[in-house]
Amino acid sequence: MTEIPKEEYLFKCTSACAGCSSSLVLRYVLKAAGPDTVLVMPACCTSVIQGIYPNTAMNVPVYNVAFAAAAACASGMSAAFRAAKKSTNVIVYAGDGGTVDIGIQALSGAFERRTDFLYICYDNEAYGNTGMQRSGATPTGARTTTTPGGKPDTKKDIDRIVEAHDPPYMATACSAYPHDLFKKVTKALSIRGPKFIHVLAPCPPGWRYPTEQTVEMGKLAVKTGMWVLFEREYGKVTINGPSRAAMIKPLPVEEYLGPQGRFKGISREAVDALVSLARRNAKRLSLEEEGVC
Amino acid sequence: MLTIATGNKAVAAAVKQVSPEVIAAYPITPQTEIVEQIAEYVTNGELKSQYIPVESEHSAMAACIGASITGARTFTATSSHGLLYMHEMVNWAAGGRLPIVMANVNRALGPGWNIWAEHTDSMQERDTGWLQVYVSTVQEAYDTTLMAFRIAEHNDVLLPVMVNLDGFSLSHINQSLETVDLGDFIPPLRLPHAIDVKNPRGYGPLTGPEDYFKFRWDIERSMRDSVKVIESIENEFFRRFGRSYGFTDDYQCEDADVVVVSMGTLGKEAEVSIDLLRKEGIKAGSMRIRWLRPFPKLDLKGRDVVVIDRDYSFGYGGILAEAVRSTCRAEPYSVIAGLGGQEVTYDDIAGFIRGRRPGEESWFGVTPDV
Amino acid sequence: MYEIRIHSRGGQGGVTAAKLLALAAFRDHKYATAFPFYGAERRGAPVVSFVRIDESPIRVYSQIKKPDLIVVLDNSIMDVVDVLHGLRPGGKVLLNGTLPHDMKGFQTLSVDLTTIALRLNLVVAGSPILNTPVIGALAKMGIVSMDSAKSAISEMFSDDRNVKAAEAAFQELVL
Repeated sequence: MTEIPKEEYLFKCTSACAGCSSSLVLRYVLKAAGPDTVLVMPACCTSVIQGIYPNTAMNVPVYNVAFAAAAACASGMSAAFRAAKKSTNVIVYAGDGGTVDIGIQALSGAFERRTDFLYICYDNEAYGNTGMQRSGATPTGARTTTTPGGKPDTKKDIDRIVEAHDPPYMATACSAYPHDLFKKVTKALSIRGPKFIHVLAPCPPGWRYPTEQTVEMGKLAVKTGMWVLFEREYGKVTINGPSRAAMIKPLPVEEYLGPQGRFKGISREAVDALVSLARRNAKRLSLEEEGVC
Repeated sequence: MLTIATGNKAVAAAVKQVSPEVIAAYPITPQTEIVEQIAEYVTNGELKSQYIPVESEHSAMAACIGASITGARTFTATSSHGLLYMHEMVNWAAGGRLPIVMANVNRALGPGWNIWAEHTDSMQERDTGWLQVYVSTVQEAYDTTLMAFRIAEHNDVLLPVMVNLDGFSLSHINQSLETVDLGDFIPPLRLPHAIDVKNPRGYGPLTGPEDYFKFRWDIERSMRDSVKVIESIENEFFRRFGRSYGFTDDYQCEDADVVVVSMGTLGKEAEVSIDLLRKEGIKAGSMRIRWLRPFPKLDLKGRDVVVIDRDYSFGYGGILAEAVRSTCRAEPYSVIAGLGGQEVTYDDIAGFIRGRRPGEESWFGVTPDV
Repeated sequence: MYEIRIHSRGGQGGVTAAKLLALAAFRDHKYATAFPFYGAERRGAPVVSFVRIDESPIRVYSQIKKPDLIVVLDNSIMDVVDVLHGLRPGGKVLLNGTLPHDMKGFQTLSVDLTTIALRLNLVVAGSPILNTPVIGALAKMGIVSMDSAKSAISEMFSDDRNVKAAEAAFQELVL
């Protein structure tokens, strides 16, 4: 098992909600990144969790920047550090809204320009910081405050959008699998150029499940095949262990959707749409891994 | 070296000599030549900057912000819609106390599409905490760009500076340009709050009502302190290179009964009107405002004032006229002229002065049938 | 102040001719400004450029309304533009090539810049280069000195056929 450093860069007693999995994600990201790291953070849950001036819950510098601007800000920061011969890690830590919606132009630009940085999108599938409004990453059928009848549209596939930029490294991860996440962040930071890690981060108040089930919820997402853990290194896809198992014998999707209040009353059609999308995605990744496409 | 250059090329020449570590910019007419020239300098090795060809102006300013907070010197250039597109980050740069220098080539806003000179673009950024200076010649564009870095980076200022030049009428005109040997005029930048991974801090985190206003006041305090800094840097520039400009460029104002107040190239053209009027026996003078922020103290007591605004605040008035009215307790004749590159000649300006109606507003060229 | 208006088509070099002329005047130790009127023109559309030359600094930015000299690089423009508009009484006109038009009594000179360019094979993207020979013609007219004209051309262009073209125009223009 991977040795995880004891040093903590995210202090205790933050203002995160009970059962917040994104804090867990950040904890492992920072353990992997170490002290020579700057976080660039657009508006998101973590920009509140980090603390109110003059306090900070982070033991690395955090640069807060406007919602749409994180990847561009990181571009400038990385260019300046590299010009000064510093190898400081520049990590964008952004939510799904700041990534797939308002921040996507800056993200695309930074990847196209081969910016040397790591972009982490922690995905709780809605605008969590402002009380769960729909985002482009909200899945079909999920109720949010702006889709009270369930989202009619499909979750935007940001991974395929990022893939189109041909980054040297990209991966998915999930808060329930911290070792996998730790390894992926470590690997990403060993590679020069633009890297992307998309982390599913279940959200108890937003998804409406009991706080103590936050790790279980992440595991169910993977075990039902609704979230696939994979990495793409220089274009070569590897599907990671837990998802490989789920592809052979997935748990029924109801085990994942059932405990979540946001899916209460979801239509059969919406469930079918979710399952069919997940299966299509898994099949495409499998074929890619086999080198078929 | 003595040569001829356009306003855009003069800005690029100054930037080349200052050699910022990071330049991030997005092309827009009529600023394009600045970006192209800088890209050329970087490509041929004359300029060692990291040049980031961003995908938008919002990202241009964001990239400058990210670079600047590491302690790097940064530059960008834009115009018109580009400036407005980066508006959010323009605020962020000032609030973050980052000494970014930006050239803005003044251009009108759409619709209708118009690529010619107007000041409404930068006027809409006047409350963002940036220092703003407006230039009127190619030489002044070059000199002011050099000084802008010194002023922005001064420890008593640490605010960004916007150098404004009129689209086409200055950005694309060829005039003489004397470049200088900078020597140690621009020392290395030492940003006191630069990111230091050994001393981790939060930059711009959530700040409550009990603290936020203190940061706002601190911007204003520095804005006020910048007055002395501008004076001292201009003095040093004069001692080293023999040229000076001041907060306003005054022409025959001492004994003037009437003073025309304007900005940019119109302010230069106005001097020719003054010569005409003096020949007619009218004691007129011209005051060209250079620094809009911090706004200078104007001595206009006891004279008639004509203000030419190449901008407008709808439902309120000419923005410069309002500034003159409120800070000088004057009743200016407010002329709105030159919008979207409207031709305004020295004859026209002389006409504004001759036909002045203190306290009234007049739109040049607007007749009942317009 | 001596004011010149240059008429050309986009891509023919009128804008560069204005800049060259200003640079030459500047090398004569005079003050000069050169600027085009920028519209939304593309290649082939009529373009106007302005040059002002004076003994003292030039503070005027507005367009030239009453030129002392009009230069026409492409005579076909005269079919669509009133090139003589605003020309001062006693003003002059310099044409490229022959004199097919009624110049309303203004003193008109002409030199075949196109032939000079073609003879020297000064052609870029299929178009003969007119902006360097025209400076030679303007030097012959005394607007700038020939020395400064040549030095301005060499400062901006490394190909010495440009100076040769200016010399040819200088010789061929009959005052």
